[in-house]
Amino acid sequence: MAKQMAKDPQKTAVVTDLQVISGNALNIPMYQLLKEDGTVHKGAELPEIDKELALKMFSTMQFIRVLDERMIAAQRQGRISFYLSSLGEESAAIGSAAALKFEDMIMGQYREQGSLAFRGFTIEQFMNQLFSNAKDLGKGRQMPVHYGSAALNFMTISSPLGTQIPQAAGYAFGQKQSGDKTCTLCYFGEGAASEGDFHAGMNMAAVLKVPVIFFCRNNGYAISTPAAEQFAGDGIAPRAVGYGMKAIRVDGNDIFAVYKATQEARRLAVEENEPVLIEAMSYRMAGHSTSDDPTGYRSREEEEERRIREPMIRFRKWLVAQGWISDEEADKQQQQHKETVLAALKEAEKVPVPHIDEIINDVYAEPTDALKEQLAELKQHIAKYPDAYPNTSGGVK
Amino acid sequence: MAKMNLLQAINSALDVAMAKNDKVSVFGEDVGHFGGVFRATSGLQEKYGRNRCFNTPLVEQGIIGFANGLAAQGSFPVAEIQFGDYIFPAFDQIVNETAKFRYRSGNEFNVGGLTIRTPYGGGIHGGHYHSQSPEAYFAHTPGLKIVMPRNPYQAKGLLLSAIFDPNPVIFMEPKRLYRAAVGEVPEEEYTLPLGKAEVVQEGTDVTVVGWGAQVEVIERAAELAKKDGVSVEIVDLRSILPWDVETVAKSVMKTGRVVVSQEAPHTMAFGSEVAATIQEQCFLYLESPVMRASGIDTPYPLAHEKEYFSDHLKTYEAIKRSLNY
Repeated sequence: MAKQMAKDPQKTAVVTDLQVISGNALNIPMYQLLKEDGTVHKGAELPEIDKELALKMFSTMQFIRVLDERMIAAQRQGRISFYLSSLGEESAAIGSAAALKFEDMIMGQYREQGSLAFRGFTIEQFMNQLFSNAKDLGKGRQMPVHYGSAALNFMTISSPLGTQIPQAAGYAFGQKQSGDKTCTLCYFGEGAASEGDFHAGMNMAAVLKVPVIFFCRNNGYAISTPAAEQFAGDGIAPRAVGYGMKAIRVDGNDIFAVYKATQEARRLAVEENEPVLIEAMSYRMAGHSTSDDPTGYRSREEEEERRIREPMIRFRKWLVAQGWISDEEADKQQQQHKETVLAALKEAEKVPVPHIDEIINDVYAEPTDALKEQLAELKQHIAKYPDAYPNTSGGVK
Repeated sequence: MAKMNLLQAINSALDVAMAKNDKVSVFGEDVGHFGGVFRATSGLQEKYGRNRCFNTPLVEQGIIGFANGLAAQGSFPVAEIQFGDYIFPAFDQIVNETAKFRYRSGNEFNVGGLTIRTPYGGGIHGGHYHSQSPEAYFAHTPGLKIVMPRNPYQAKGLLLSAIFDPNPVIFMEPKRLYRAAVGEVPEEEYTLPLGKAEVVQEGTDVTVVGWGAQVEVIERAAELAKKDGVSVEIVDLRSILPWDVETVAKSVMKTGRVVVSQEAPHTMAFGSEVAATIQEQCFLYLESPVMRASGIDTPYPLAHEKEYFSDHLKTYEAIKRSLNY
């Protein structure tokens, strides 16, 4: 690592007229290629995307929208305990994931199911996690939507906000040391960017020059708190400059702009060890989760106004105009996704919860003697009161 | 008196405190216009304005650091941490700052006006990060007071004491009971003492000690024991720090047996402190060792929540172990 000197105050340029720098001195514009009507800005250069990739991105978007809609309904029906939709933000997740190499690590916040689906997480895997059943990779231990897959290089989600940001810096540092030319992409929201871990992660990544892409989904809300009450000034992207880091602001609802911005960020990260902060501007059309009702904190008018700018309409229009898909084909694909999702849901619902023995595994690499003892006592207890523990009593007879 | 659930009682306590003293303010994530994710602060912004009930940016260390400063200035901040599971970014501010502010300055400065409200506990399908009972971490920190109410009446009286107590208080609210627990609560101001336990049910055969939401679990276990002809004395600690050794010891000297029932993982949960102290104070009165019913020493699991939980049946079994030793 090249040794770099801290800024020498003696070498700072001197002025004699007092200069107060405005908090809005950086007014970073938003990179956009695809207009809301699905046409391309004049003179804008689309990324190189072939038909196969474009259709995969579109199909993944449709799939996620169907999944989100169906699982919110499932939560309302009491079939799962919780759900968290990414409605309106699909292109930010999918466009960025598509620009990565499969070997790159993704660390999510919890609203990036699109990235995971793009990587190849199957509908069965989604459902097994959502139903906390015995086939869930996470062994039914976490709330719904806390996905993860080592095989897909997608770090398991943790609920506490922003904790993955410094971890991404560390993971990427390890990638750099290993010399395998990969990077880490770390998602978080504009709310999580208020956490101390955001500062810690940005600063360490910049100082240690690690191949990491910090991808902020600025969707306007942290549960009920609007961005205007979250930060003063021009959003998240300008903060990168304070850390000596490169920044891009992109229209998160324009899948081509997201794709191209992430491609360039990846190039900078992997080839030049330059961490990059991307701020993707979007709108959380859904509630924060199934636990809140947005009518308590924002108007219908606002939602309607933002609905026009959502990402799928313009992408679909572009694809249709391109002749890569017809409206009929798109509708049919959506219908197929609906059937697949429903079938997988019904299947996953039938799978029992993990065996009670799993309760003590993975606390440590090997269960301690004390844990084994606690499990033995627990199993005796369950056997004594089988009706009180119907999900697991069958396994202790 | 009015019928209130636990959330309404909390809301009423905040309302009374804010009306009484204009240096009381309420803030945290989503607590403003929305009234908090559980709606504990509903209507307070409309009533007292945006300078006294407001949203903060999403940063727990910032919320508590800010609250420490505001308390040092002479105000009575009531800072909300949305879930007890999310209090840990503020651990440094609480353990190294809140708890030591007075001592390190020789009482030149203090943050006695500070109250930290946070929901804790499981039983709501919350998995690892919406279920924990982290009281023992804080009970290891001299300088803090820790209060955990069991029902709406207790919640309001204890919260009003906490807000105006000259020491910083962590007020941990049993979220499982937020809407489930309903009871008669005076609409006006009243206080209940901090650091004082309460004998919730008198009995003669065994003392069962608990706090917060666990008291309801213990009551169910005591019902089962009653069918066996066992008379259970239930003691609600109400405050974890400082805790009322005298009331518990007095009960144990009467019954000769004691069980602690707690939600948190077994090892180093607050019951360990109760057990150690009771054997010191009541050794010759004890007919059997202090028994504990606790969570298992694992993170809080979602699919196995029922099995993990230190429920009434496990508490009942602990009572039987104590009696049949």
